[in-house]
Amino acid sequence: MLESLAEKIQGALRKLGSKGRLTEADVKAALREVRLALLEADVNFKVVKGFIERVREAAVGEEVLGSLTPAQQVIKVVRDELTRLLGGGASRLTFSPQPPTVFMLVGLQGAGKTTTAAKLANLLAKQGRRPLLVAADIYRPAAIKQLEVLGTKLGVPVFSQGESYPVVLARLATEKAKREGLDPVIIDTAGRLHIDDEMMAELERIKNQVPPQETLLVVDAMTGQDAVNAASAFHERLGLTGVVMTKLDGDARGGAALSVREVTGVPIKFVGTGEGMDGLEVFHPDRLAARILGMGDVLSLIEKAQSSLNEETARKLEQKLRREEFTLEDFRTQLQEVRKMGPLDQILGHLPGWGQMKKMPGMQVDEKELVKVDAIISSMTAEERLRPDIVDASRRRRIARGSGTTVQDVNRLLKQFNDTKKLLKQLGRAGKKGGKVSLPLGPFGI
Amino acid sequence: MAGFWARLSAGLAKTRNTITERLQEIVPLEGKVREETLEDLEAILIAADVGVGATEELLEGVRSERVGSVADLKEALARRLREILREGYAPLAESVEPPLVILVVGVNGAGKTTSIAKLAARYRKAGKRVVLAACDTFRAAAAEQLEVWARRSGAELVRHQEGSDPAAVAHDALQAALARRADVLIVDTAGRLQAKKNLMAELGKIYRVLNRVRPDLPQETLLVLDATTGQNALSQARLFKETVPLTGVILAKLDGTAKGGIAVAVQRELSLPVKLVGVGEGQDDLEDFEPDTFVSALLGEEG
Ligand SMILES: Nc1nc2c(ncn2[C@@H]2O[C@H](COP(=O)(O)OP(=O)(O)OP(=O)(O)O)[C@@H](O)[C@H]2O)c(=O)[nH]1
Ligand SMILES: Nc1nc2c(ncn2[C@@H]2O[C@H](COP(=O)(O)OP(=O)(O)OP(=O)(O)O)[C@@H](O)[C@H]2O)c(=O)[nH]1
Ligand SMILES: [Mg+2]
Ligand SMILES: [Mg+2]
Repeated sequence: MLESLAEKIQGALRKLGSKGRLTEADVKAALREVRLALLEADVNFKVVKGFIERVREAAVGEEVLGSLTPAQQVIKVVRDELTRLLGGGASRLTFSPQPPTVFMLVGLQGAGKTTTAAKLANLLAKQGRRPLLVAADIYRPAAIKQLEVLGTKLGVPVFSQGESYPVVLARLATEKAKREGLDPVIIDTAGRLHIDDEMMAELERIKNQVPPQETLLVVDAMTGQDAVNAASAFHERLGLTGVVMTKLDGDARGGAALSVREVTGVPIKFVGTGEGMDGLEVFHPDRLAARILGMGDVLSLIEKAQSSLNEETARKLEQKLRREEFTLEDFRTQLQEVRKMGPLDQILGHLPGWGQMKKMPGMQVDEKELVKVDAIISSMTAEERLRPDIVDASRRRRIARGSGTTVQDVNRLLKQFNDTKKLLKQLGRAGKKGGKVSLPLGPFGI
Repeated sequence: MAGFWARLSAGLAKTRNTITERLQEIVPLEGKVREETLEDLEAILIAADVGVGATEELLEGVRSERVGSVADLKEALARRLREILREGYAPLAESVEPPLVILVVGVNGAGKTTSIAKLAARYRKAGKRVVLAACDTFRAAAAEQLEVWARRSGAELVRHQEGSDPAAVAHDALQAALARRADVLIVDTAGRLQAKKNLMAELGKIYRVLNRVRPDLPQETLLVLDATTGQNALSQARLFKETVPLTGVILAKLDGTAKGGIAVAVQRELSLPVKLVGVGEGQDDLEDFEPDTFVSALLGEEG
């Protein structure tokens, strides 16, 4: 439903048929849809109200740029404003001039603190630092063990002292780090409710004891309207310096990020994108803005594709694309590469319009399908693989028989191949422009 | 500890005084006042995570009612909410051919393992023999976590090594429960985001392993929802329900400030009743769902 925000706005504005400048009526009609989208994305309703007001002011009277429709112009204003609110550019961790730097992770129960602490240690160790993890959750059953298992897997030391008081533990850990030249110290704290006064006081005491350089609030991307209450309470008590939003590898819109950002004013520094130790990425406001609005995330896709595709294959692919020589053989190689990137749906989910594409017959991605694809391509002659346009009806029948599939399967494959070709062309173009990809307000009807 | 709902009611009585003072002015509800009240109610529902769709439908229903005062309007809404939440409600299965098998599923960190610990403690207190199956073989120390809880309540644990096949654990645990004539088997599963096809397929397999041994098993398949979750809970309920035949919801973490209004939308769209609520981190912090108090709390304060 959210995928079609752009379409809805387009629909709302088509009736108005305005040109030149955005009128008040244009903006009003469009913002009604934007409001709904934001609420469905779990942005707090008070935050939505303020946001819509600001966009209204920014948008009315705005000149519609030559190449854009009024709907696209509104979307652009909305996205820019959302990006600005989410924090402009990426924001990094800061380090103390006097090592060891201490990072403390706090948050509600089950948000992802322990996992994030380990991921952070992994990231920093890869950058050549020597982190120390501190197991300061002495309450939840096996919480210490959880961190120890992760630390062992990563080869990162974990400091724990059975059930000794977290405040003492934090001090002992920093002393140890200082002695042994470990830096930074990453403290994993127990999950707690923001209204639990005693437990909140414990965090204050840790904070006074070790002064952390960064106090990071870990927030679940699926959080609803209550995110504002929890975030402001943690911020008031502890003075947060950053936020980590976890579990963005699912289908949550992550609107809570906007709420949290709005009530605390602190930057979102990382996002969690998986249960594995590599599932931590630097936060990019523009991407989350697009996601909250349901406009997909072309950038993430490209980056993911770039880091996973082996470079040689990628280079060859690009050449072929440029020379329009992308064949079924390449399609097969590419599918195999794509498979390495992770679940297909997850990857394609980054694409704008995937919501609609998924509903189109022939675009369902099923791992089993890939086996079929393999069989079908293997049943083709070398010439057919090179020039799929020669595959006529009788050839399709032959290929289907040879691969133990049906003609419909073959048709579907050829269609997918053509779609992919188109897609890759777009990605190729986007990738070449370097970092900044303007969200395509064109393909797939968005 | 039937304390949660009682405490909640007591707390509500306090806030209710101030609200009713405002609301019980018996103004004839016309034009502007009426619209303003509806807007207030809309804000309350949205702030409680009931969601735009369900909120609009609820208010549409209330709008058509002929009511005399603001309080009437609110009561009409409360009535409708209670109706929705009572639909299809049934307590946990009881008189079944033993063992009672409860499969517990949900996204990462929702509160599955802790809810299982609470259920186990409840059945143990009632003198039942309880077996727990540690089918989360993926997350670090997940089995150890369940093991600690099992020890505390005196339940028996069946576990394999980390990384082993969760369906195999489920199978062994069921065989153990049958052999030991256990009354209850509760199956803990790894947290999984509903959009992940392969993980959902793995869950389907766990269900089938149980179901193949005896077609009435599991009698309960419960989805744990975190009460702080927003609209994504709908997607969770939908996709988990497509994978395994859910029989109800455990709404965990209701002791925070979140109202858990998403349960209304989940019930309305997917006919999944809330059966139990989690109200703390201890093993006694589990209570049967009380629609009336829940609705009062939902409408009790503005967000
Ligand atoms: N899919 C996904 N799962 C995550 C992510 N981050 C954490 N998790 C999972 O979420 C669950 C809870 O994570 P924990 O790290 O134990 O959360 P916590 O905040 O330490 O929990 P408590 O200490 O109990 O308050 C686990 O199943 C993690 O594997 C993420 O970015 N993506
Ligand atoms: N305040 C409160 N905390 C709860 C409640 N239920 C669970 N928790 C806490 O939430 C956190 C996560 O609970 P778990 O039971 O480990 O969640 P899970 O769904 O098994 O997590 P994974 O197996 O990692 O997916 C823990 O810190 C629990 O103590 C509740 O009803 N209230
Ligand atoms: Mg933890
Ligand atoms: Mg668990």
